[in-house]
Amino acid sequence: MPPRLRVTDLRTHYFGFGGTRVVKAVDGVSFTLEAGETIGLVGESGCGKTTTCYSLVRLLPPGARILSGRIELEGEDLLTKSQAELREIRGRRIATILQDPMASLDPLFSIYDQVAEPAYYHRALRGQTLRRRVLELLTAVRIPSPERRMRDFPHQMSGGMRQRIVGAIAQAGGPQVIIADEPTTNLDVTIQLQYLNLLKELQRASGVALIFVTHNLGIVAKMCDKVAVMYAGKIVEMQSVRGLFYDPRHPYTRALLDSMPKLGTKEPLYAIPGQPPDLSALPPGCSFQPRCPHAMDRCRHQEPEEQPVGNGAIAKCWLSVPEVARE
Amino acid sequence: MATIPVRATPFDGIFRVARRSYRVVADVPSIPLLIVSILTFVAIFAPVLAPHGKLDPVKPTPAQCQAKFGMANCPYIDNVPPFWLSGGTFDTPLGTDFLGRDMLSRLMYGARISLVVALTGTLFAGALGTLLGVMAGYMGKWWDQIIMRVTDAWLTLPSLVFAILLSSVRGPGLWNVVLILALVFWSRYSRAVRGEVLALRERDFVRLAEINGVGKFTIMFRHLVPNVMNTVMVLFSLQVGVAVIIEASLSFLGVGVPPPEPSWGLMMAQERESLMEGRWWLAVFPGIGITMLVLSANMLGDWLRVRLDPQLRNR
Amino acid sequence: MSEPLLEVRDLKKHFPVGQSLFGRVQGWVKAVDGISFTIKRGETLGLVGESGCGKTTTSKLVLAAEEPTAGTIEFEGRSIAARDKKELMDYRSKVQVVFQDPYSSLSPRLRVGEIIGEPIKTHERLSRREVSARVEELLTMVGLRPDAARLFPHEFSGGQRQRLAIARALSTNARLIVLDEPVSALDVSIRAHVIGLLEEIQGRLGVSYLFIAHDLAAVSHLSQQTAVMYLGKLVEVADSLELTAAPLHPYTRALFAASLPSHPDERREEIVLTGEVPSALNPPSGCRFHPRCPFAMARCSEEEPPLVELSPGHRVACYLY
Repeated sequence: MPPRLRVTDLRTHYFGFGGTRVVKAVDGVSFTLEAGETIGLVGESGCGKTTTCYSLVRLLPPGARILSGRIELEGEDLLTKSQAELREIRGRRIATILQDPMASLDPLFSIYDQVAEPAYYHRALRGQTLRRRVLELLTAVRIPSPERRMRDFPHQMSGGMRQRIVGAIAQAGGPQVIIADEPTTNLDVTIQLQYLNLLKELQRASGVALIFVTHNLGIVAKMCDKVAVMYAGKIVEMQSVRGLFYDPRHPYTRALLDSMPKLGTKEPLYAIPGQPPDLSALPPGCSFQPRCPHAMDRCRHQEPEEQPVGNGAIAKCWLSVPEVARE
Repeated sequence: MATIPVRATPFDGIFRVARRSYRVVADVPSIPLLIVSILTFVAIFAPVLAPHGKLDPVKPTPAQCQAKFGMANCPYIDNVPPFWLSGGTFDTPLGTDFLGRDMLSRLMYGARISLVVALTGTLFAGALGTLLGVMAGYMGKWWDQIIMRVTDAWLTLPSLVFAILLSSVRGPGLWNVVLILALVFWSRYSRAVRGEVLALRERDFVRLAEINGVGKFTIMFRHLVPNVMNTVMVLFSLQVGVAVIIEASLSFLGVGVPPPEPSWGLMMAQERESLMEGRWWLAVFPGIGITMLVLSANMLGDWLRVRLDPQLRNR
Repeated sequence: MSEPLLEVRDLKKHFPVGQSLFGRVQGWVKAVDGISFTIKRGETLGLVGESGCGKTTTSKLVLAAEEPTAGTIEFEGRSIAARDKKELMDYRSKVQVVFQDPYSSLSPRLRVGEIIGEPIKTHERLSRREVSARVEELLTMVGLRPDAARLFPHEFSGGQRQRLAIARALSTNARLIVLDEPVSALDVSIRAHVIGLLEEIQGRLGVSYLFIAHDLAAVSHLSQQTAVMYLGKLVEVADSLELTAAPLHPYTRALFAASLPSHPDERREEIVLTGEVPSALNPPSGCRFHPRCPFAMARCSEEEPPLVELSPGHRVACYLY
C-alpha cells in the first residue's frame, strides 16, 4: 500500500525580475504522510512551508516553477497530471484551509452554496441528497441550528464560525489530504481550542491525512504526530512530535523551543541572533550556520546531508554525523 | 541569556536601492520614453535647434522667387512642400505654411507650447486637487461635504465645453489656457486623493501622530501628502496627455493660444483648407506631433501605475 | 519604586448605538464597564482578553484618545480630565504607545530619523542637532545602528520596525508605554528579541508598561501583574506567577486550558467553552460569563459578583469564592 502522500525532493523556485533573481523557496523537500496522520510543517515566514503547500496543489503564483521532484498521492504522481486532471483532484482529493476565512469565503454566496459546491462538482450530489450532505457537514463542524444558518452569508458569522465553515467546505469533497495553512492565527484563544479539537475529531472520523502549517510549536505539540522543521527552503529536522520536543537534533529546532515563552516561568528567552536568510542569496554550506551557536568550520563550506537519527527521523546537521561531531 | 542586539545593516539598504534602480531603468517602456525625451529636448532647445524663426517667414532666395512668381524679390514663398516632394528644398525640410514660415521650426516651438502648457496646467490642477482632497478626506464633516459636492458638480461638466466657456470669459492667451486647465482638472485629483486619505487616516502611523498630539495641519502635510504622491503622480502622467489635447482643441477652435504662436492645434486649424486642397503636410505634421506626445505620455503613465502598485508589480 | 504611576478607578466607556434623528439612542455598547487597576512605577501590568473584551478601548482611554463616560484616570497623582490643554500635551509626552502591526505604524514616506524625532519635535523645543543626537541615542538603545536614521521604514524587517516603534515611544522619556500586542505580528524567533529588549529597557530606564495581548505565556512572562478582562469587566487580577500556578476564575482557567502546550505531554485542565462571546450591546444579566461558565450556579444569573480581594494582590469576581 503506497502512503497517502509522498513528496520526494520537491524543488520550487521563484524567478523574478525577468529571470535575474532566483528565490529558492523550496529546495529539496521530502516527506511521507499516511492516512489519519498529521504532519506539522514548522518554520518562520519565508522558510518555504506555504510554497510547499501550494506546490502540492500546483496553484503557484506567476514566476514560480516546480523544477523537480515527485508528489505522489496514493502512488499517482501529481506533477505529471494535466490541468484538467488537477481540477478533479483539487477539492476532491486534496482540500485546503487557509489562514483568513474572510478571504476563503465569497461574500456574495450563502453558506449553503459554498459548502455544497465541492459536493456538487466532485461527488455529483443533487437535490435532497445534497442538502442532507450539507447539513451533515455543518453539524460535524458544530454550527448551531444549521438548517437556519445555511441560508446566512459569511458576513453574518463570527470569525470562529467562518473558519469552521471553511473546514466544512474542505470536507465536502471527501478529500484524502487536507492542507491547513495557519488556520487559527486570526482566532481567539478559546475559539482556537474549539477549532483544533474539531479538526482532530474530523480526522478521527474520516481518516483524512492532515498537513498543518504553522510557526507555532504549541499547536504542533497539540495536533501533530510528526513534525518537519523547515529553514531556508529545506527540511532541517523531521521527527515524531515527542522525539522533537524531548530530543531536538537540530540547533534551529532547539533555538525555536528555547525562544518560546512558557507559562509559569520567567526564565529569559533565548533570542536567535541574526536575521532570517535572504532566499536569493543563501550563505555557502549550511543555510543556518551564520546564526548557529554550534557552527563548525565544516558547516561554513559544506551543506550537511539528511542524516537518519533513529526511528525514521532525520536531521540535516553535521552535529548528527557521529564522525564529524567528534572532530 | 541576555538579549543580543540585532544590528541593522544599512549597507544592504544602499545595495538594494542601487540594484532596484537598475532594474527600474531596464524596465521602462523604451519607445515612449524616447519619444517624450526627444520632444522635451527639442522643446527646451528649440531656439538653438530650429533652423528658422517661428514667427517670421523664411527669406527666400532669388532663384526661388523667380521660379514661383517670376520676380526677383518676394517677401515669402508660401506652401513649399516637404523636401521629398517636387518643389521642396532642404532649407525648409518639412515645407512652409501659408505665410512662408518654416514648418519644422514652428513644430519645434510648438512642442514647447504643448509641453509647457500641459505640464504647468496639470501641475496646478494636481496641487489644488491634492490639497482639497487631503483636507476633505482628513478633516471630514463639513469640509468633506462641501469640497466633495463641489467636486462632484465639477466632474459632471464636460471638460472641453467647460474649457471653452472659461476661455470666453478670460479670452485667448497662453497663461489663460494654463489657468483653464487647472480649473477644469483639479476635481479628478481631489476625488482620488480623498479616497486614499480615508484609508490612510485609519493607519497606525496617523493614529499615532494624533495620539501624540501632533497638529492637524502638520499631520496632513507630513504624513498624508507624501503618502498620496503615488496616486497623484500616476494621475498626473495620465492627465498630461489629456491636457495636451484640450490645449490643442482650444487653440484649434481659436480660443486657446492665439496666433501667431505656433501651437500645434492652432496650426492644424489654420491649415484646414490646405488639407482639402492636397497640401496635407501642413495639417498632418502637427497632428502627428500631438498623437505621439499623447500616446507616449499615456503609455508612460500606465507603466508608472503598474510600477507603483505593489500588487501588480512582479508580473 | 512601588509608588503608583497610573491609577484607574471604575472606568467606563459606553458607545451609543443607533442614534435616531432626534438624538434618541437605541442602546449602548458597554465596551468598558467599570474597571479599576493600578500600574506602579517600573512595573508591567498585563491585560489579557479575547476580541470584544474591551482591552483596545481601555488602551485608547489610557492614551487619552477617547474620553471616558465615567470613572477616573489618575497619572502621577493628577486626574487626566482635570488637565488643561498644556498639561494634556505633557501627559501625551509621558504616555506613549507601540502598536501591533510593524508595517503600518511607521509612515512609509518619512525617514526613520524623522519618524522617531516627531514626538520630540511636537513636545519639546530642541535644535535640529539636539534632536539628531537624541535620535541616534535612541537607535543605539534599541539595538540598531545610529546611522540608520537616514533610511526608510521599508528597508527594515518586521522585528527591526518594532524596535523603531519602541525607540519612538521612548523619545520623550515616557514614563508609561502602552504595548498593544507588540509581538503578535512578528516571527517566533524575533519575538524573543523584542521581549528581551523591552525587559532590558524597563530594567534600565524604569519605564512602566501596560502590556495588552492575547498570548498568556508572553504576557505572564513580561508582567509582574496580570489582569484578565471579559466583556468590559475585570474578572481576575493577580501576580503573574500566582495566576499561572493557580488561576481562580473559571474564565481564566478556560484561557489557560486553551493556551497551547509547550510540550506534547503537558497535561492541561480540560475546559472547552461553549458558544461565542456575547455582544457588548446586550451583556448577559448578573455575571457576564455565566452563560458559558461550566460552574455556573443560580445566583450567577441574578447578581453580578463584585471584584473582591481574596488574598493580598489577588482579586477575583466570582461567586465560587
